[in-house]
Amino acid sequence: MLVAVLTYVGYGVLTLFGYLRDFLRHWRIEKCHHATEREEQKDFVSLYQDFENFYTRNLYMRIRDNWNRPICSVPGAKVDIMERQSHDYNWSFKYTGNIIKGVINMGSYNYLGFARNDGSCQEAAARVLEKYGVGVCSTRQEIGNLDKHEELEKLVADFLGVEAAMTYGMGFATIFSMNIRALVGKGCLILSDELNHASLVLGARLSGATIRIFKHNSECAIMEGSIVRLPEVIALKKKYKAYLYLDEAHSIGALGPSGRGVVDYFGLDPKDVDVMMGTFTKSFGASGGYIGGKKSSAPVPVPLKGGDHELWKKSTDVASGFRIASNNLPLCIPQELIDYLRTHSHSAVYATSLSPPVVEQIITSMKCIMGHDGTSIGKECVQQLAENTRYFRRRLKEMGFIIYGNEDSPVVPLMLYMPAKIGAFGREMLKRNIGVVVVGFPATPIIESRARFCLSAAHTKEMLDTALKEISEVGDLLQLKYSRHRLVPLLDRPFDETTYEETED
Amino acid sequence: MKEGRKEVPRLRMATATEQWVLVEMVQAVYEAPAYHLILEGILILWIIRLLFSKTYKLQERSDLTLKEKEELIEEWQPEPLVPPVSKDHPALNYNIISGPPSHNIVVNGKKCINFASFNFLGLLDNPRVKAAALASLKKYGVGTCGPRGFYGTFDVHLDLEDRLAQFMKTEEAIIYSYGFATIASAIPAYSKRGDIVFVDRAACFAIQKGLQASRSDIKIFNHNDMADLERLLKEQEIEDQKNPRKARVTRRFIVVEGLYMNTGTICPLPELVKLKYKYKARIFLEESLSFGVLGKHGRGLTEHYGINIDDIDLISANMENSLASIGGFCCGRSFVIDHQRLSGQGYCFSASLPPLLAAAAIEGLNIMEENPGIFAELKEKCRQIHKALQGISGLKVVGESLSPAFHLQLEESTGSREKDVNLLQKIVNLCMSRGIALTQARYLDKEEKWLPPPSIRVVVTVEQTEEELEKAASTIKAVAQEVLL
Repeated sequence: MLVAVLTYVGYGVLTLFGYLRDFLRHWRIEKCHHATEREEQKDFVSLYQDFENFYTRNLYMRIRDNWNRPICSVPGAKVDIMERQSHDYNWSFKYTGNIIKGVINMGSYNYLGFARNDGSCQEAAARVLEKYGVGVCSTRQEIGNLDKHEELEKLVADFLGVEAAMTYGMGFATIFSMNIRALVGKGCLILSDELNHASLVLGARLSGATIRIFKHNSECAIMEGSIVRLPEVIALKKKYKAYLYLDEAHSIGALGPSGRGVVDYFGLDPKDVDVMMGTFTKSFGASGGYIGGKKSSAPVPVPLKGGDHELWKKSTDVASGFRIASNNLPLCIPQELIDYLRTHSHSAVYATSLSPPVVEQIITSMKCIMGHDGTSIGKECVQQLAENTRYFRRRLKEMGFIIYGNEDSPVVPLMLYMPAKIGAFGREMLKRNIGVVVVGFPATPIIESRARFCLSAAHTKEMLDTALKEISEVGDLLQLKYSRHRLVPLLDRPFDETTYEETED
Repeated sequence: MKEGRKEVPRLRMATATEQWVLVEMVQAVYEAPAYHLILEGILILWIIRLLFSKTYKLQERSDLTLKEKEELIEEWQPEPLVPPVSKDHPALNYNIISGPPSHNIVVNGKKCINFASFNFLGLLDNPRVKAAALASLKKYGVGTCGPRGFYGTFDVHLDLEDRLAQFMKTEEAIIYSYGFATIASAIPAYSKRGDIVFVDRAACFAIQKGLQASRSDIKIFNHNDMADLERLLKEQEIEDQKNPRKARVTRRFIVVEGLYMNTGTICPLPELVKLKYKYKARIFLEESLSFGVLGKHGRGLTEHYGINIDDIDLISANMENSLASIGGFCCGRSFVIDHQRLSGQGYCFSASLPPLLAAAAIEGLNIMEENPGIFAELKEKCRQIHKALQGISGLKVVGESLSPAFHLQLEESTGSREKDVNLLQKIVNLCMSRGIALTQARYLDKEEKWLPPPSIRVVVTVEQTEEELEKAASTIKAVAQEVLL
């Protein structure tokens, strides 16, 4: 409670100062650093609204050095960061030329450790680069469909356990304006989780369908790091005859005993999920996205009777997106989804296909995870990630930090709450050679700013221990150990699906 | 009447003192005209009715029993997730290219000369580009594992942005990891609901998606018709004069392409700039096809016409055509571009461009800067093939003579789009069997705002020799004769 009040006070003070500075800038008492409109265009309608940028100018600018940190090495477990300095309070940066070497990387989404510049993946990608070049210069439907793309799609379908898959050049674009519109239109209903990613929200809004948002969890508002309750969602979906669209951008490769995502984690049948979407950016160390299609479960349609069919949402359940349609069409046969996407998807017609070396990286890493390359490296990575996750989370909780999210999620949000601590935490950790990601408003609610640690199979226990020691030190310095509940060390907690929160009040 | 007149002074006194005595109020009711009372009475009755009917509806909704809910669910049948696709849909079976899509391409097992990939400057299998990408691969691996904000900014990205800004002679550039997403994220970052965008009818699909995402008012003008645009701008001016307050906060944008993908024509930029200053609208120029093609040094349409690049507010292009890499960029003044670093959806929420692709783009830029002669060479080849393809019976060339990507459309349509598409596909297939790789221009028929007629896309690259150009022209002529006559 006290923390919440202090957080608001903090924001209040910052806002006041913001107004003061704006006032001073307006009257030219303080120098105006940001770029301005051209002289010739001063009488045009102004491009930006003043208030829109208030937050950017006055709050974000002060702690801007915590983001967009440029690196100059592989984004693996350790990374080299280019040092920057600012002499005008973050309005502009100069590179000193120094490189901070060996920073423990807790910010890159490198779950299985495939971000490497050596090893079989890199060698295979290099071979393909020599042969194919880098670009494609055409779309899938014209002359950009290489044999490599066909090979990749078969492999992805095999990996996910679905009938067929379609791959795209960009993960974000796979949803936004490219596929939700192809599947959903006016007259349909989308039930969407309140914490869905920006790309899903945008794609859903653009589709023109009615959207209803349901709470992520009714008791406590957990964000990021929580795992969808897939068995209940599938039960609901079957009962109400809805279609399930599952976004596995983060979970593919990271969850599940064989790294096949959240469906594998719960041991469910992939055929129950109608549209499985995911990206190759996080666990496979490449770029791009995919959609896996299932057998259609639509029975023979019957003409609808009139009336409004409203769905009663259960506030304790969680899902990634439903789709329900309300018109009539004849029955469709298996593999239709992927055929439809191949002919009607925006990016297949208008956007360039994946680059060949990137495709090869995905193929090699996927084969490694599946064990098809003859080694057990993939399995070891998946296990290592799970161990790292559990260890790290447990130790942080023992220290007394407030950690959100499920026990098995490799994304660990650590609550900071106060705006000043966002900047302080990021800077202090970098001084101690640990690179972390801090997020605040508007990516999170205003009083719930946090630091997000992304664990990787490439992190060794020594690295985690070093990181934990430093986090504890900084936590004491900044008084971040808010939790009143202390976990008894080495307690073997039984696995439970509920998302976790420990609060002070 | 006399009493009424007596009442009025009394009422006036009452308002003056601002004290309504109850007695006087009752008297006022008595004195009010009958129709007034009746009207008030009806209104009161109506309100009561509305109040009652509302509660009745609410009760009805929440009173469904569990059994009724189950029945409703049972009865209801969803439609299939997607409509069926016929097995002979023209776009269902893709051509499979074995090996790299370079100058000599192997399509469905047949060796052909590539006249279909947008590899204008032949950088796709340039050994220097490959070497640079390889070096980057050995240093950074493949992926970046994060968006630009979270350790996804590599020094290669910063280098590429600097180089692009230098090359285009602007203050700043910003790169995106996907070409399609570039203009589709740039437009909604500036133009919001309530703003007005004037866009050319033949704008490409990515622009259309960007406009849709921006929720602004879209006003479409006829393709390259400046008079039509001026008419729309004048109409808007009249609207502004009626409501000057609103006009002061409504931003205006004109979105055009440098070299239109759908028609192969060039936008008349000088007139556009004049209109910009006359009617105070900002220009967004999409230069995906004209970057690396037009202008003495390949800087695009502004160099071609000799216009000051600061007159264009935003230039957006993708690196997937001339630069033979993946991704896109926007360049312009810092005042404009910097805004996208926090509000460009495709920039903030997406993983950054793999460094090997950025390194390839940098090397491509190096090559462009070192050999400015290739642009003139490309133009010459375009002119040659344009001339050679004139006069084919049954097909007409659509596009300007300096456009390296133009269309061949049927001179006379059969009347049905499907038949046209099938005819053109026959021509394409025959050409392929004779060693010339062509493709039909693909569109999403139902989603395009202005669907161009079916056509064959022909692309000219610097790698094509004069003999190959002649061979292509003669093959197309012969095939067209066979199929269409």
